[in-house]
Amino acid sequence: MSKNLIDQIVNNVLQGRRNNDDEGIEEGMTGDPGVAELVQEALDSGIDTNDILLNGLSKGMEMVGEKYETGEYFIPDMLTAAEAVEAGMKVMEPHLVKGEDGSGKGTVVMATVEKDLHDIGKNLVSIMLKGAGFTVVDLGIDVPAARIVEAAEEEGAGLVGLSALLNTTMSNMGDVVKELETKGLRDKIKVLIGGAPTSEDFAREIGADSYGKDAFAAIKEAEKLLKKV
Amino acid sequence: MSERGIVVHKPYARLSREQIEMIDKASLDLLENPGVLCYHEESVSMLGKAGSTAKKTREGEHDAWWVSIPAKVIKQALETAPSTVTLGARNPENQVVLEAEGNRVHFGSGSETNYWLEVKPEVFTSKEDGHERTIPVMKRSRGNLDYLCRSAHLAEQLENLDFFIRNVNVQDADITTGNKDVNVFFAALNNVTKPVISGVADFDQLEKVVNMAEIIAGGREELVKNPVVSFITSVIKSPLQIVGETAEKLIAIAKLGLPVVISTSPQGGSTAPIDELGMVAQVNAEALAGITINQLANPGAPVIYGAVPVRARMDDLHDMYGVPEFCHYNMDCAQMARYYKVPCYSTAGVADARVPGIQATVEKMYTYTAVPFAAPGLVHYAFGLLDKTQTFSPEQAVLDNHKIGMAKFLHRESGVNEEAVERTKKTVEEVMHSPYRMYARYARGMLRRGEIFGGFPFEGESEDQDQTLLKVNERLKELEARDHQYLSEEVCKKIFDSTPGLVPRLNPYK
Ligand code: B12
Repeated sequence: MSKNLIDQIVNNVLQGRRNNDDEGIEEGMTGDPGVAELVQEALDSGIDTNDILLNGLSKGMEMVGEKYETGEYFIPDMLTAAEAVEAGMKVMEPHLVKGEDGSGKGTVVMATVEKDLHDIGKNLVSIMLKGAGFTVVDLGIDVPAARIVEAAEEEGAGLVGLSALLNTTMSNMGDVVKELETKGLRDKIKVLIGGAPTSEDFAREIGADSYGKDAFAAIKEAEKLLKKV
Repeated sequence: MSERGIVVHKPYARLSREQIEMIDKASLDLLENPGVLCYHEESVSMLGKAGSTAKKTREGEHDAWWVSIPAKVIKQALETAPSTVTLGARNPENQVVLEAEGNRVHFGSGSETNYWLEVKPEVFTSKEDGHERTIPVMKRSRGNLDYLCRSAHLAEQLENLDFFIRNVNVQDADITTGNKDVNVFFAALNNVTKPVISGVADFDQLEKVVNMAEIIAGGREELVKNPVVSFITSVIKSPLQIVGETAEKLIAIAKLGLPVVISTSPQGGSTAPIDELGMVAQVNAEALAGITINQLANPGAPVIYGAVPVRARMDDLHDMYGVPEFCHYNMDCAQMARYYKVPCYSTAGVADARVPGIQATVEKMYTYTAVPFAAPGLVHYAFGLLDKTQTFSPEQAVLDNHKIGMAKFLHRESGVNEEAVERTKKTVEEVMHSPYRMYARYARGMLRRGEIFGGFPFEGESEDQDQTLLKVNERLKELEARDHQYLSEEVCKKIFDSTPGLVPRLNPYK
């Protein structure tokens, strides 16, 4: 029974179904329970939260990643699946111990830096990080350095992810690093940057910890940076 | 009803009704004066009985007649010419049904190239940076039967190819004028389950080819119902001359009741006026003369208006295809055929470029996009042709298949209707109230239903090298490795037993 429920969660992540209203990739799934309902059912029947997370939601998302790599899935499939994972996480939230998200992947504060309004890439990264099991606090666009650092501290985040798409705003990423230093938080909070004009060299230049060229690199880098020593 | 090809919902009408009528009148006037110069006595007498006048003359070594064809003779022939013509196919689901006033466009191959050019990837070390790179080296060979079989098999695999015209010329040592046609038709029919259209080089082999087709179709009557072979006759030598031997074939095919394309290919600047009106008035007159001979031989026989007007290159007087004038000529002819209610055979996709790749694809893409807007029923020459039809490249054919997919996709319906408007409002509202305001979920639905164009499968990953041809070469290998749709052993045996001249290596059961 519990095995069956977990399998259904995996399958519905693959189908990108948040709840019973959603259609899947296969025909005729609308009306069947989606990830949210299935996670609720799993919790009600006493299945361990870790089991749901690792063998259900994360496993599903990993399979989605594999399908993307083989060319079977495209970005819309990934985003849709990540949304389904997010819907499941919402149901899980009250059942998780505060400060611990079960999978132990940690919290990331994401933002597009000050004076920059571009957020398509940043959203993609946020959604995929959530899908990969991170807790993501997305502050949106045009966020001043001070606000980013403040939020990171409040949320107990181990990592801030910064996005910039303009030559004129990418230097604001450096301000976030400086602000962390000023506040004495630099060794507790890592900085990951991304966005078309940025690069590995630029990350080094401003003293950030890492650079990610796309959402998949973002997951990899975040996993590295947040790995508990 | 055939689902092949693509429906062009509102064909582009470059010419106004008045302009069409002006061209019609101009063509009819030309057919009366100067008339056509006819080298075929039987045609002259047929045209004469119908009301034309002829004056004998001598052209070099040959007898010829200046035939003045009055408008009423042409109009009478157009009355009897059918407006629906079915091109049969070994697999009846692949039949192509041509409706003169319909809007379904089909793409096919052609012509008879002397050369076959294929990609052989080879690794080189750069003197610039010392790195190894794989480069698509080209290997050029004379066309032969083996290449023809390979391209027929490839044609079967290409999903955007709707009909097959033999595309490489066979120059094997054991192929002569006396056995070429039977071998070419067999190579095509044994590999392709889509409609096969071809010219006949030697009149004496027509009967053998038809016999072969009857065996495949299952008898004489079945062949007329499902003509697995159709023919092309270039009965006109521009300007306005009727060729003796081809007229003979045209009449024989008409009497058999099998579909035939009247193909005339004047070159604007040498064998026809280069300006749009001059070219179209002449090529239209030529097509009408061919249709008239066909209908006089057998009123009601299936016939296709085949105009292949091209422009001359100004530097060498070769045919030129990927240019604006070519599109003008061809779009106009499609309108003329529609006006006469006769199905149209048109052209797109030949490159002047000698090698596959960027330049060739640019030239091709231009005509793939433009010509079908006028909705001719058939678009031939569309696959793999390079070097002004001198060369066939299988890699380019695979690339062309993709580009034709784009040209076809362009004509998809807009999807604007009441129900869709309601769905759209609901979607926008939902997305506006969702966390990231992204439409990815809705895109996915369309993606999965195949409603989003697939993009560019042959893009490379390199930042300093165009890898398209290498990618296409890989795809070609996959397509070539697929199973063959050979005729059954029994049918092959019957054909080989009754067709002298077929070379044994074409028999897959040997
Ligand atoms: C869409 C867009 C806009 C939209 C933004 C809509 C939105 N919701 O985001 C609008 C119209 C608002 C816009 C406005 C402007 N834009 Co604009 N815009 C773009 C465009 C076309 C696409 C950006 C995009 O979404 N790409 C798709 C996503 C998926 O890719 P991405 O953002 O690069 O993200 C990926 C990676 O970079 C990485 N990534 C991104 N963030 C992060 C973060 C982390 C932590 C990690 C690890 C990875 C990561 O992962 C993502 C997923 O793979 C680009 C052109 C381009 N080719 O980039 C121009 C571009 C960025 N814009 C440009 C300009 C100039 C402007 C304007 C100044 C124009 C004007 N004169 O008004 C304004 C500026 C507004 C402002 N103050 O920010 C220029 C910037 C030039 C420069 N280098 O400075 C560009 C490059 C266009 C150009 N070639 O001129 N723009």
